[in-house]
Amino acid sequence: MKDSKKTYWKGLEELAQDESFKKYAQKEFPEYLPVNLQKGGFDEDEGSSSRRDFLKLMGFGVAAASLAACEAPVRKAIPYLNKPVDVDPGLANYYASTYVNGGDYCSVVVKTREGRPIKIEGNTLSPITRGGVSAQVEASVLSLYDDARLKKPFLNGKASSWEEVDKDIRGKLRSISTSGDKICLVSNTILSPTTKAVIADFQAKFPNTEHVIYDTYSAEGLKSAHQNLFGQAVVPSLDFSKAEVIVSFAADFLGTWISPIEFTKQYSQTRKLNNGKKTMSRHYHFEANLSLTGANADYRSMVKPSQEGLAVAALYNAIAKKAGAPGYNTAKVDVKFIEKAADELWAKRGRSLVVGGSNDPAVQTVIAKINDLLGNYGKTIDIETPVNFRQGSDRQMAGFINDLKGGRIGAVIFLNANPVYNHPQGSEIASGLEKIKLKVSTTDRMDETATLCDVVAPDNHYLESWNDAEPKPGHYSLAQPVIRPLFNTRQVQETLLSWAGSPQTYFDYLQDNWKTNFYQGDDTGLGFQTFWDKLLHDGVYEHEKAAIDEVSEDGVEEAFEGNSDLSGAFAAIGKNYKADNGGYELVLYQKVGLGDGSQANNPWLQEMPDPVSKATWDNYFTMSQADAEAIGVTMTPEGDTSYASLTAGGQTVKAPVLIQPGQTRGTIGLALGYGRSKAGKVADNVGANAYPLASMKDGVANYSVHSDVSIAVDAEKAKIARTQTHQTIMGRSIIQESTLPAYKKDPAAGRVYPKIATSEGFKAPGAISLWKGHEYNNHHWGLIVDMNSCTGCSACTVSCQAENNVPVVGKQEVLNRREMHWIRIDRYYTSNEPEEGLGKINKLRAMEDASDNPEVVFQPMMCQHCNNAPCETVCPVAATTHSSEGINQMTYNRCIGTRYCANNCPYKVRRFNWFKYHDNDQFADANTSMNSNLGKMVLNPDVTVRSRGVMEKCSLCVQRIQAGKLEARKENRRPVDGEITTACASACPADALLFGDMNDPNSRISKALKIKEKDKTHVEVGEPRAYHVLEELNVNPNVFYLTKIRNKDLGSEEA
Amino acid sequence: MVKKFINDRITRLLQIKALKLSFTLILSVLYFQPAFSQESSPGDIPSDEASIAAGKATFQELCTVCHAVDKRVVGPALMNVYERRDLPWIISFVKNSQKVISSGDPYAVALYNEYNKTQMSNFDYLSDEEIINIVAYIKHETDNPATPQAAASEDAAAGGAEAVEQGGIPSQYLTAILAGLLVILVIILGVLMLIISVLTKYLKDKKDLDEESQELVAQKLDFGKFFTSSGFLGLMIFLFAAVAFKSVIDGLYTVGVQQNYEPTQPIAFSHALHAGEYEIDCNYCHTGVMKSKNANIPSANICMNCHGQILTESPEIAKIYKALDYDKRTQTYGPNQKPIEWVRIHNLPDLAYFNHSQHVKVGGIECQTCHGEIQEMTVVKQHANLTMGWCIDCHRQTDVNTVGNKYYDQLVELHEASNKNQLKVKDIGGLECSKCHY
Repeated sequence: MKDSKKTYWKGLEELAQDESFKKYAQKEFPEYLPVNLQKGGFDEDEGSSSRRDFLKLMGFGVAAASLAACEAPVRKAIPYLNKPVDVDPGLANYYASTYVNGGDYCSVVVKTREGRPIKIEGNTLSPITRGGVSAQVEASVLSLYDDARLKKPFLNGKASSWEEVDKDIRGKLRSISTSGDKICLVSNTILSPTTKAVIADFQAKFPNTEHVIYDTYSAEGLKSAHQNLFGQAVVPSLDFSKAEVIVSFAADFLGTWISPIEFTKQYSQTRKLNNGKKTMSRHYHFEANLSLTGANADYRSMVKPSQEGLAVAALYNAIAKKAGAPGYNTAKVDVKFIEKAADELWAKRGRSLVVGGSNDPAVQTVIAKINDLLGNYGKTIDIETPVNFRQGSDRQMAGFINDLKGGRIGAVIFLNANPVYNHPQGSEIASGLEKIKLKVSTTDRMDETATLCDVVAPDNHYLESWNDAEPKPGHYSLAQPVIRPLFNTRQVQETLLSWAGSPQTYFDYLQDNWKTNFYQGDDTGLGFQTFWDKLLHDGVYEHEKAAIDEVSEDGVEEAFEGNSDLSGAFAAIGKNYKADNGGYELVLYQKVGLGDGSQANNPWLQEMPDPVSKATWDNYFTMSQADAEAIGVTMTPEGDTSYASLTAGGQTVKAPVLIQPGQTRGTIGLALGYGRSKAGKVADNVGANAYPLASMKDGVANYSVHSDVSIAVDAEKAKIARTQTHQTIMGRSIIQESTLPAYKKDPAAGRVYPKIATSEGFKAPGAISLWKGHEYNNHHWGLIVDMNSCTGCSACTVSCQAENNVPVVGKQEVLNRREMHWIRIDRYYTSNEPEEGLGKINKLRAMEDASDNPEVVFQPMMCQHCNNAPCETVCPVAATTHSSEGINQMTYNRCIGTRYCANNCPYKVRRFNWFKYHDNDQFADANTSMNSNLGKMVLNPDVTVRSRGVMEKCSLCVQRIQAGKLEARKENRRPVDGEITTACASACPADALLFGDMNDPNSRISKALKIKEKDKTHVEVGEPRAYHVLEELNVNPNVFYLTKIRNKDLGSEEA
Repeated sequence: MVKKFINDRITRLLQIKALKLSFTLILSVLYFQPAFSQESSPGDIPSDEASIAAGKATFQELCTVCHAVDKRVVGPALMNVYERRDLPWIISFVKNSQKVISSGDPYAVALYNEYNKTQMSNFDYLSDEEIINIVAYIKHETDNPATPQAAASEDAAAGGAEAVEQGGIPSQYLTAILAGLLVILVIILGVLMLIISVLTKYLKDKKDLDEESQELVAQKLDFGKFFTSSGFLGLMIFLFAAVAFKSVIDGLYTVGVQQNYEPTQPIAFSHALHAGEYEIDCNYCHTGVMKSKNANIPSANICMNCHGQILTESPEIAKIYKALDYDKRTQTYGPNQKPIEWVRIHNLPDLAYFNHSQHVKVGGIECQTCHGEIQEMTVVKQHANLTMGWCIDCHRQTDVNTVGNKYYDQLVELHEASNKNQLKVKDIGGLECSKCHY
């Protein structure tokens, strides 16, 4: 049955088969079931109800039942007084808008019901994000309904009114301005050209105003490099879709780096395989932490941060040798795959891309030069279209902090920026602020910076605001409000306009700006209003600037000539990097879910498992197995570990230790974005704040520490709530994978065809069956999961959570293995099975070596909608049944909670409501979307909120299917392929999920599967890569997986 | 049951009679009053068809909102109005009734007071000739009364009751048959008892019976023993328990079922008037019914489309004005608006998904199928019991409205290949859980 030589494991515990793992492996549920929390949590003697309790309960029950029987409560129906023309109760409206959070950008379509935004979808009209979204974008709709948002402006710590605030500030600004003191506007990257115009107006009114921009994760190094080489301090546009060889030095471009949604769209294009396309990009990744992007790489190599510069230099020298460019002597560093990568990069000149996540200008300069030598500029890198995502200047920010400390600033206005928390020198800013006369914040909550300010003038949420954005020159995007401001807040632009003395609303200002600067008149003669309406409808707008291109291209050519000397950069590399650094090194990174921590108070993001570590509700030190052993930390599958204290640069941070396969030995990773103290009840005191560990080095932010890092284990035990290692795969071949050369030879490479024993010999599992099959006359819904393009980004998980009212359960319940996500992304580490001949000790050692740098597979797992569903047969009350369209239906109000179905489900995708998660104080701090009137506004009114004691699971978004079918019927037609799709598939930025009707021969799913024939019992699929997980069980799912193909050389076993 | 029905019918007939009587009284009062005051001659009212037709058109366009010829609606019945008042009075009243009333005209003032000071709208844009044409039409209607439709609508209640009776055996016959059967049974019982007593007497006289048989003959029916016998008691207990059990179960099944729920609404809106009398299309107010899940309780701005002009003095309409903070004199809306809180009648549980557009637009189902004869309800009540059994029953029996809908073409073809019956809702998954629960 098992042809593959590979072994897959979910965690180190499984690989090592240690005792604690084996003990729990067979058990789906943990030993203790702390249900009776009222009686003091996890006591030994819990759950022993007395006879009196029983009688009390019974008496109450009888009384309640008889009361309930008397009279039904009177329910009110309250219609509009004046119904808005466009709003029909029960019908959803969709508005194009733009998600902007600092420099993060996504063009979106917002679904509203009865005027409430409830779901974010990607905008397919956008040429940049092309309909993709990320988990953060999906979750942003819940941030709108955050209880921690300020409800009104605050003046000197007291609630105030806008009139008073405006009066106070106008007066103070005038006096500061006349006294000649400096006024500083501090913001993160601003993508909006109109907001910049507002700031310019403000500066015109108060000429001594400086606009300071910083980024929470700086890209100053990248910009400096382009300044050094090409005379333009910009972040260029990248196009991964044209790159056949991708080399990344710790740039997590699929997860958090610069523009991950855009890059994932491009990258996944190069990873798709089918009959027509049998090529894919090759991806080399060099990093210390195991990042999401590293997990997707074909060849991953472990590099310490202290070696990174040398590794880049080695690659440069290898390329330079081929290109005939001057080489530079640097210390030799032993990094795998550098030579191989150099060979292939050179072979694919102009069709390759080298990127780096480092913020060191020297390293970025060398990387840019490598790309230049490879002729990638103008091909995969477009410096003519620089992106605006990272406009921050570390040097400018450093100047501001110096002025602040020196008391040389009259007024500071923080425009939605929270540097006290998310800047490496946050504490210095905090102390510097004490000397400032006027301190203003426009942030939406009383955050770490706002609490130190005199005035807080809260901004609207982006879903309540008018705005525009210019992610790249010539590409524009518009944001429109989809709900009236929930609270007495005011858009920051309007606030600035008002303080600058303009009575205009920002909407008028925006429209005027567009009329004068963007509207060029049109041939149709329909006028500006039509242009504007189309703009709002599409959400995006492109504006050609052909003439400028010609000029600047020449300019770049000249710059090339002038700056080809890299000796400065190499000198810096030689000084700052070492080949053999002894001590520990620290690498700070952003998590895919929480990012820089600005949305930390969003429980959907807190509970979203980190794609790689699968941990929720925490940040932690990631360490390699060997290092953890060295400091004396062990970790159980239950998540038991120890706290450790890490000291670097005079700062000490305490966090739990997580043993992370793939972590470079000698390095420790820690995520930013946690440890908020003033974000709200969800985020406060979750994890540790890592920003103070970052430092400023030569004027740029530095997110790694190479020396003087010490770590010591604390006596205190910790628990990390991970969603995986909960269930084991018991050595079954649920992941089927191969390599590209093998696939080219045989498209079915890597496939495993299980056989079952019958009286007539071995046969395919479907050959004999107790099941009669189902007839699908109308639709037959199916889903394809392409494991080759799935990057594991988890946008689908959050999208599903928003669409289907999936509750958040909190850290303790995740520890109890009771998370509720309907779609989870299983992450398997894989390494080659050790040879049989080895002794036990050697075998273990071999495994341990492999676990140092394993390969990773992501497998999204949701209800498989089996045609021969094991859950359906065991339900005693027929609460789970099969539909005539191939869907395994779950009827909550019929379910009595026996959990037989979950026990009988081979995929473990059923979720049980152990508690009433809505209207329950116990979950008020975690499950905010179901426990306050404000939070409940995000719920999808078409989906039932489940109560305690019922089972739930993926429904294939049956509410969307029903709505889509109804729409078609109303228009007397069949549904069009693509019109009906699930929340996960529509969110996926990699298009790894494809939903459709397998009865429609022209649907994309039918074509992708190459359906040959269908009958009652099975679907004959022609696509050799398509397989069912656990096919040997003959449960015959309607979800198909496509094999994972790695672009590795044939026979190369080394990972 | 039968009795109740008959009683109902009698009271109904009596009510109708009383209504007619009062009607005639009112009419005669109205009719005779002018006879004492002044003579009017209907001579100058035209009787040519063109005028009548023109008058009919104007009447239907403008007047039927408040008036009918043969009965009192919002305003008085207009039958014989030309005999009650002369033409110049009618013309001036129609053009500006307030002017006539304020001039102190006693008839006009009396009329105004009689109709709760409801003011008639001004039709000053109508020419004299147009008003005369209307009168001509009224005269025509007065002279040729009781068109079949009018009669039908007047006797709708009585007619409806009769229609029901025609369906089965007439109830009075049923009673007679039952009574007859009862009499026959009693006679049979008497005869049987007679036979028994004669036989017993005869056997008692016989001396050659053995002991056992004598005992049998001598046996008397001991009721005391019978009632205390375990068999009887057991039977009784069983019957009692069974009835109690059944009624408890039945009772439990009605928990939460609000059939015939007829709450008082904050505004006494009558569907009988709007949907029945004036035949306003349901869609006009329930705007969502063809496109959305919700049919929509109409927003107040829809009421104002008409009631900005009509019945502006009514205390019920005043409630709408209050909700909208509407000043009818200045015809402006104020800021203190407060939505109207209607009492929701049809309450489906949250776990059930129902979509109006699926049923009305796609399925082509009449509103009355679920909501009953809504056009006859002065106060709306829940017609159906809205239980899942009721839904499912309908899904079992109803044919899918497939005609002209391309969505179903292939399905119908597949169905007809294997089945002679019409395609029912159940055949396309209408009984599946996640069609309504998700």
